[in-house]
Amino acid sequence: MSASYPTPVYSHAGRGDFRDVYEPAEDSFLLIDALEKDADRLQLMRCTDVNPAAAQCTAKTASCNGVSLQPVNASLAECLLPRLSGKVDVLLFNPPYVVTPSEEVVGSRGIEAAWAGGKRGREVTDRFLPVVAQLLSSKGLFYLITIADNEPELEMRGCPSCASIGANKHGPGVSKPAESIF
Amino acid sequence: MKLLTHNMLTSHVKGVTKGYPLLIKATEVKVNEVDFNPQFVTRMIPKLEWSALVHAAEELGQRQDLPDELVPEYENNEEFLKKVHRVLLEVEVIEGCLRCPESGREFPISRGIPNMLLNEDEV
Repeated sequence: MSASYPTPVYSHAGRGDFRDVYEPAEDSFLLIDALEKDADRLQLMRCTDVNPAAAQCTAKTASCNGVSLQPVNASLAECLLPRLSGKVDVLLFNPPYVVTPSEEVVGSRGIEAAWAGGKRGREVTDRFLPVVAQLLSSKGLFYLITIADNEPELEMRGCPSCASIGANKHGPGVSKPAESIF
Repeated sequence: MKLLTHNMLTSHVKGVTKGYPLLIKATEVKVNEVDFNPQFVTRMIPKLEWSALVHAAEELGQRQDLPDELVPEYENNEEFLKKVHRVLLEVEVIEGCLRCPESGREFPISRGIPNMLLNEDEV
């Protein structure tokens, strides 16, 4: 049995200084549930967000919950390459997965960057997959939030280890490579 | 931004081939006490670019007497591990910027968070 962790304090998100930050919803909580199983593997955590307010909000959430976390305001994770190349054991991505016009994705750095996924809701995810392949260690796990609109059962281009990802027909779901170690 | 984070960051401005390590220009630095965990520090040391860490600590006036080269058998050297712990986890740049060593592009650090976002014409 994995240890049970209390729900983090996050009441500051979506309010005041952080009104332009999308509040945690079912997708974030799905990732937390998935992470509990991997908690023992987590030694050093890194996180990025394209929205400066979201990065600041994450720093606040970390300090509210007594966790050490140093967010970086960045697009995806290129700034961590090549240093973390092949060194990441657990990688989480909660992408903007809502189907929107492509124009809403380009250059977006505000709250809409939390959901605007462009064509099939896949534009940002597809851009990230080559980076995933570079970051993951040989025993690395990649968790990705998807909805059925994203057609996740189709091969994820650029990321061979993500070739078999199951769609969740009933709203967002956590997917992971079929060949994962669980 | 702690120096552990700095040690991982690279500039990817278009055309840059060696965007590492980033130079630090700090206008506000804090040193906050963090619980010393020798196992964590010992596990992190092999993952570090040692010379980048020492240089960054020196830029901030926090080098103490950390050596240019990593000392052998550091895992049993508590005094050494405590010094590394301090520069990795206790020294924090609150305001300032990071400078790409090749292009000179500056990345601001605001309220402790580095902004590595590039403009469209830089990617």
